[in-house]
Amino acid sequence: MIQKIGIGLFLVALAIFTLIPVLDHHVLNTDNIYTESDYHKKAIFEAAEENGMLGKDYASNITFIKDYKQLLKTAQSKLEEQAKAGLPEGVGEWDFKLGDWKIKDYVIKTSKQASVGPVSANPGLFWWLSIGLGIIGGLLYILPLFKSFPGIKHNGIFQDPMTRGLSVGWRGLFLGSTIVGILIYGYSYMGNDLFWSLGTLAVILFITFMVFIVQKSAKNTPAKSASPSVTAWLGIFSGIYLILFYILLYWAPQYLTGWMTIADPLSKMLNGGEASQWFVYGMLYTIIMLVMGIRMISKYRHNNYQMIRTASVMFFQTAFAFILPEILVRLNYPYYDFKNIWPLDYDFFFDWNLNQLMSSGKMGIFMLVWGIVLIIIGVPLFTFFFGKRWYCSWVCGCGGLAETLGDPYRQLSDKSLRAWKYERWIIHGVMVFAVLMTIMVLYTYFTGSSNILFLSSDSVRTWYGFLIGSAFAGVVGTGFYPLMGNRVWCRFGCPLAGYFGLIQRFRSKFRITTNGGQCISCGNCSTYCEMGIDVRAYAQKGQNIVRASCVGCGVCAAVCPRGVLRLENGSVDIAERTTELKAIHISKEGVSILQ
Amino acid sequence: MHIVIIGNGISGVTAARYIRKLSDHKITMISAETDYFFSRTALMYIYMGHMRFEDTQPYEPWFWEKNRIDLLRARVQQVKTASKELVLDNGKTITYDKLVLATGSASNKFGWPGQDLDGVHGLYSYQDLEAMERHSAGLKKAVIVGGGLIGIEMAEMFHARHIPVTFLVRETKYWNNVLPPEESAMVSRHILENGIDLRFETELKEIHDDGSGKACAITTSKGERIECGFVGLTAGVHPNINFLKDGDLKLEKGIVINEYLETNIADVYAIGDCAQLSEPRPGRRPIEAIWYTGRMMGETVAYNICGKKIAYDPGIWFNSAKFIDIEYQVYGTLLAKPPENHQAIYWEHKEGRKSIRIVYDRNNSQVLGFNLMGVRYRHEVCEKWIKEKTNIETVLQQLGMANFDPEFYKEYEAEVITQYNQQTGKNIQLKRKRGLDAALRFLKKMTP
Ligand SMILES: Cc1cc2nc3c(=O)[nH]c(=O)nc-3n(C[C@H](O)[C@H](O)[C@H](O)COP(=O)(O)OP(=O)(O)OC[C@H]3O[C@@H](n4cnc5c(N)ncnc54)[C@H](O)[C@@H]3O)c2cc1C
Ligand code: SF4
Ligand code: SF4
Repeated sequence: MIQKIGIGLFLVALAIFTLIPVLDHHVLNTDNIYTESDYHKKAIFEAAEENGMLGKDYASNITFIKDYKQLLKTAQSKLEEQAKAGLPEGVGEWDFKLGDWKIKDYVIKTSKQASVGPVSANPGLFWWLSIGLGIIGGLLYILPLFKSFPGIKHNGIFQDPMTRGLSVGWRGLFLGSTIVGILIYGYSYMGNDLFWSLGTLAVILFITFMVFIVQKSAKNTPAKSASPSVTAWLGIFSGIYLILFYILLYWAPQYLTGWMTIADPLSKMLNGGEASQWFVYGMLYTIIMLVMGIRMISKYRHNNYQMIRTASVMFFQTAFAFILPEILVRLNYPYYDFKNIWPLDYDFFFDWNLNQLMSSGKMGIFMLVWGIVLIIIGVPLFTFFFGKRWYCSWVCGCGGLAETLGDPYRQLSDKSLRAWKYERWIIHGVMVFAVLMTIMVLYTYFTGSSNILFLSSDSVRTWYGFLIGSAFAGVVGTGFYPLMGNRVWCRFGCPLAGYFGLIQRFRSKFRITTNGGQCISCGNCSTYCEMGIDVRAYAQKGQNIVRASCVGCGVCAAVCPRGVLRLENGSVDIAERTTELKAIHISKEGVSILQ
Repeated sequence: MHIVIIGNGISGVTAARYIRKLSDHKITMISAETDYFFSRTALMYIYMGHMRFEDTQPYEPWFWEKNRIDLLRARVQQVKTASKELVLDNGKTITYDKLVLATGSASNKFGWPGQDLDGVHGLYSYQDLEAMERHSAGLKKAVIVGGGLIGIEMAEMFHARHIPVTFLVRETKYWNNVLPPEESAMVSRHILENGIDLRFETELKEIHDDGSGKACAITTSKGERIECGFVGLTAGVHPNINFLKDGDLKLEKGIVINEYLETNIADVYAIGDCAQLSEPRPGRRPIEAIWYTGRMMGETVAYNICGKKIAYDPGIWFNSAKFIDIEYQVYGTLLAKPPENHQAIYWEHKEGRKSIRIVYDRNNSQVLGFNLMGVRYRHEVCEKWIKEKTNIETVLQQLGMANFDPEFYKEYEAEVITQYNQQTGKNIQLKRKRGLDAALRFLKKMTP
């Protein structure tokens, strides 16, 4: 009963949250136009008077933004004209003209300032009605879970329309249309240059050719879904919601100013400024991880490893990813997340970041050195001792969200051999892309020449940011939780995971040991492995599991009903960690061990 | 050579896989139950929604073609050993050079009135699971008869779907013919605390017909009538050998085999649940209907068929199960009614859902067996201690080496030793904590 009320409240909160961006009216007047220079201001005012937008009441932010963009374009060409006639004394061309990226920023900020209505009048109230109520609803649903006996809580997962997953056909449809959508939008994102989308399509086709034809997986169809008629309609709904959320967040944040408004009080408290879309994202991310983290802990109450590592990701997200960077900003230091590591943090070596760090005194230099030390010493060293889990399941924000919000969907990862083949091509492909991109950017940074061969390092990094940083890590990485499982990004995309994986596979003390012959091949471990590792394939042979992708979440060991698996670090047998096979079926005498 | 295997369970599949590894013979595997091998032990998880049926299949469908193991979905009706022919239910016949019988078990029915009504089922095959599923919609009550490992699984299945369960067991405590009294009491408590209506010393007398050929109630041996829409019969299994009755294979309870897994007829072998060893190893039963023995026999038979004669050696006994939320592991000899010379150290956690029992020989102090509830121990370490007849005090000092619980779990080995010290007045100390390196050194015969 309490749980039902919780769900009810959560749904109400979600509805209010979803409506917030469209609740307010917009009225443009001379006090709420946001500009950063007097030249811009003058040009915009002129344009506003000409087109009559001032004082007009817009019920919908879509038309408001459309008209205001138009207005800024007019102002832009005005300034362009004036610039031709000669710039004022001591003003640079780019300070005078109105650049396209400035327009984006102006639209967001003006749209936010120009809103009038319930939300802007009571941001705090609306924060509570949406996010606050959502937290309360979520907790009302989650806290009663602590009453049941500790133990595995998987009843009904494959009967639930939220978590039972899709058939291969449906999944393919979503994946295919998302990829096509991204490539089409990417074409316009890159200024109508076909090269980038076509190049990416060629890579996709190449990988598919390698997997299907060269590696002979065409016939290895992955397992079908529970039944052709059941599809997880709630899961589909949630997936679409998440995908739309990410699309708006990355590429159309101007429509989300309502959310920024309700986050303002918190933002002012932390960093002294107003909330951007990134602040909203960080806030939601952290709150969701905390609430769903409590759920994760309730679910694995019998398992200290799960509870401690969940508490750890909750801590690192809240303290290191959310609060500390905001405080740094308030203290006039660069925004810096001390636990984010290149190449996951792909803009670490971008010129603006390097410049910012190097111009921020000792603190900035410390941050720069810290980041580099993590990459070249921290990652290999910790991974040698503990495997990649020290980061992926204990520290990382992406992993943290996957382990909390994504936990209900971990069973949806594809365990087929075909998926494994795709995985290896794609993740290493992204890794190479990230490294090459960074080398190009650094080349430009040090030599000042922006073209390498026929490519401009600027476009390469823009495309990486769009395709990998936003589309893959965000839209697909999180939006696909209910469709393809919670670690799509970590498994197929993350270049840092690729780096960890190589160390884990070839030089680490970490492995999952198999307890002699106790495996009954039931398949719980494989089903709940979020990385799509067919754990059972090893366990039933009595072989240890050493896989580059294993994030050491420990769930396979937790769900095994026969106590077969254990995550361990050991140095005695590093050399034969992967190869050793045990004769578990019959006595060793007189029998040679077969692979 | 054409090798035909009847049955695609763990025994038949292991045999096929190893024959393929050892040879290039043509292999055909026949089953009436499902197209592909699935894990019978995971049937409950499908019903409870933990897994889909596909997830219980250990190999992807392409595996069989790649390994040239031909699959045939049919029921064998007759085995003609003289002409080396099998008669199938689709009217066809198939010939073999060597035959492996791996036909598994069937649920016991003890001639109860009404046992063949609709709504009365065992839990063994995939079809049984479908029947349970069919009867579950709107089901108000299920009665389960027989308190073994399958009975508790069925109880947990209904419980997971919030269907009230009455669970009848003949014994005074759950499974106390196998589990020692304290463990048996612990599991009984756990069943009851989950809200399952567990009745001791109660048997089934009769199942009632609702007039349409469907079960509607039962009467117990105590004369009580319980209304129910489903009756689960889980009072054990027997070898599934009915279709062989008219042939010349030697049958007793199961298909009789020697230690090379050969039947009385040349070129015919039997393995797994359906086989009965004529001379089991000391302390072992002639029919051991469990997953692990089926797998070991499958591997052994492959060597014998491929011309490398080796005797079936199941090694030190081990088994495991899970009673709702309590995991159970056993290594070595552990009897519910132990003989005079068996001495036990028993430790139980104060919450009553974890325990460790170590049995040793009172006369020569050699360790004999381990029984774990809610605690995981390393198979190979325990096995090696038992095999090498290790002194109990050495075992206790090194006990941490056996612990296989996940990281950050509390270790209870010191408490076990305190128990021993209290019992014997000695002062043994724990010298080793949980950890992989020590276990590896021990197993690889390095100095620890
Ligand atoms: C619900 C359940 C849970 C269990 N849990 C455990 C556990 O936790 N641990 C454990 O050790 N053991 C467990 N067992 C026991 C274990 O599953 C069996 O011992 C094992 O499956 C036996 O394997 P098998 O290959 O000998 O036979 P089976 O798996 O029974 O396979 C025999 C196959 O042969 C087919 N067949 C039979 N006759 C014919 C014919 N005439 N023509 C064609 N096909 C035929 C059958 O349809 C069947 O598919 C459990 C059993 C059940 C039912
Ligand atoms: S969950 Fe455990 S018993 Fe089941 S297949 Fe995996 S390792 Fe084996
Ligand atoms: S193998 Fe186990 S520990 Fe590794 S990622 Fe999969 S479930 Fe987690």
